Amino acid sequence: MDRKTRILIGKPGLDGHDRGAKYIARALRDAGMEVIYTGIRQTPEAIANAAIQEDVDFVGLSLLSGAHNHLFPEVARLLKEKGGSDIILFGGGVIPEEDIPGLNKAGFKTIFAPGTSAAEVVNFIEQEIQTR
Amino acid sequence: MLSSKADDFARKVRSCDTRGLARVLSMVENGHPLAHSILHSLYNPERSCLTIGITGPPGGGKSTLTDRLITYWRGNGNKVGVIAVDPSSPFSGGALLGDRIRMQDHASDPEVFIRSMGSRGHLGGVSGTTRDAIEVLAAASYDPVIVETIGVGQTEVEIASLADITLLVLVPGQGDEVQTMKAGIMEIGDIIVLNKADRPGIEQLEMSVSASFELIPDQAERPPVIRCSAQTGEGLDKLTDAIVSCAFSGTGRKATARKRTTLILGSIIREKGRELARKLVSDRYGSVEEAIESILEGKTTPYEIGEVLSGFLENKQENRE
Ligand SMILES: Nc1nc2c(ncn2[C@@H]2O[C@H](COP(=O)(O)OP(=O)(O)OP(=O)(O)O)[C@@H](O)[C@H]2O)c(=O)[nH]1
Ligand SMILES: [Mg+2]
Repeated sequence: MDRKTRILIGKPGLDGHDRGAKYIARALRDAGMEVIYTGIRQTPEAIANAAIQEDVDFVGLSLLSGAHNHLFPEVARLLKEKGGSDIILFGGGVIPEEDIPGLNKAGFKTIFAPGTSAAEVVNFIEQEIQTR
Repeated sequence: MLSSKADDFARKVRSCDTRGLARVLSMVENGHPLAHSILHSLYNPERSCLTIGITGPPGGGKSTLTDRLITYWRGNGNKVGVIAVDPSSPFSGGALLGDRIRMQDHASDPEVFIRSMGSRGHLGGVSGTTRDAIEVLAAASYDPVIVETIGVGQTEVEIASLADITLLVLVPGQGDEVQTMKAGIMEIGDIIVLNKADRPGIEQLEMSVSASFELIPDQAERPPVIRCSAQTGEGLDKLTDAIVSCAFSGTGRKATARKRTTLILGSIIREKGRELARKLVSDRYGSVEEAIESILEGKTTPYEIGEVLSGFLENKQENRE
């Protein structure tokens, strides 16, 4: 059996800056993972649907526009509703430190600070896979 | 092939439980031990689902076109399945699967199921399990199932044998290429789509394509050539008309069922034959690598190993008699 780690990288919200998201997506590909990139300005519904259909192990969200406190938990809620509560969530972008505990509580395993290296993200994924 | 677990999964597919269906597709892709039992329970050679293949150069507009076709069939009330294949990196084995970006119009429509696949080392423009994934989506009553291949070079034509109808997408700027293309690549298109007709160079492209078909004496044998723009939507109605009439002029359900079954059994025989032969070689020499060492040390030759394998097949036959 040849199981590949599958990850969805999505951008909810209105900002159109996806350089960071694409950079992470490419790094994960180069680490041997299958990365589904869904593009900018996705609704939480669209992201959750795609994650279920693509049967991913992880969903990573990136957001620069500041609506994370609403959009991130909404994706988590929809994923649970659609039977994807075992999918591991992580986030990144511009997220103030004081918002992180709330997002953790909403189901986000980790929130990467701006300037996180791709290697750190790859590390996180690999560790989570091992402890699964 | 009786496994209640496999039957459970098959039931989930048939009842179109999205999570279950997605899981089964992964099992099929990963070569999970239950995959063939599930496929066994789902396989229906005379299924009526139409399979449309879309192939063409990288960036030719295959995904954008797929998005338009989804809109058309959703308008007719059909549930639409999509398999979008992108190349896996030969170095890392990873893949960046980005075809969904162009299909966002349907991202929240529960009646549209889109699945991205890495080619995972398979040559031919699709992955080794695309064929099986089509059967799974058909069993979940998606109709049509649209398969977008990776951007083709000139040898990646496997889609033509998997799909009922194959669209070959060409774009302006490819006129010269068309003339030098090997005969094969033009032949795989049941319909030739001249996309990006909103761009300059479309006339020239159409001339080259028409010229390449002049060699076919019988007009009726020439595939329809349709100009359109997946971006503006212009000409899309002509394309969907052509697909629909092509679907009905086909060889008929019985013949299609036979063709599909021949193809699937053929590739299973190839795959299992290879596994069996490898196993026999390993049993005797430890592993294929060790067999190679033995050959290099002058103890045997590839041909003697071939003889050993033939001998095994003959013994099998004798044992039966
Ligand atoms: N002008 C014009 N641009 C188009 C048309 N169709 C697609 N495009 C653009 O061409 C680019 C590539 O389109 P895709 O649909 O991603 O092409 P593709 O063949 O799926 O690409 P790969 O999957 O990467 O091989 C995008 O920027 C589209 O917006 C068209 O009819 N006219
Ligand atoms: Mg594409």
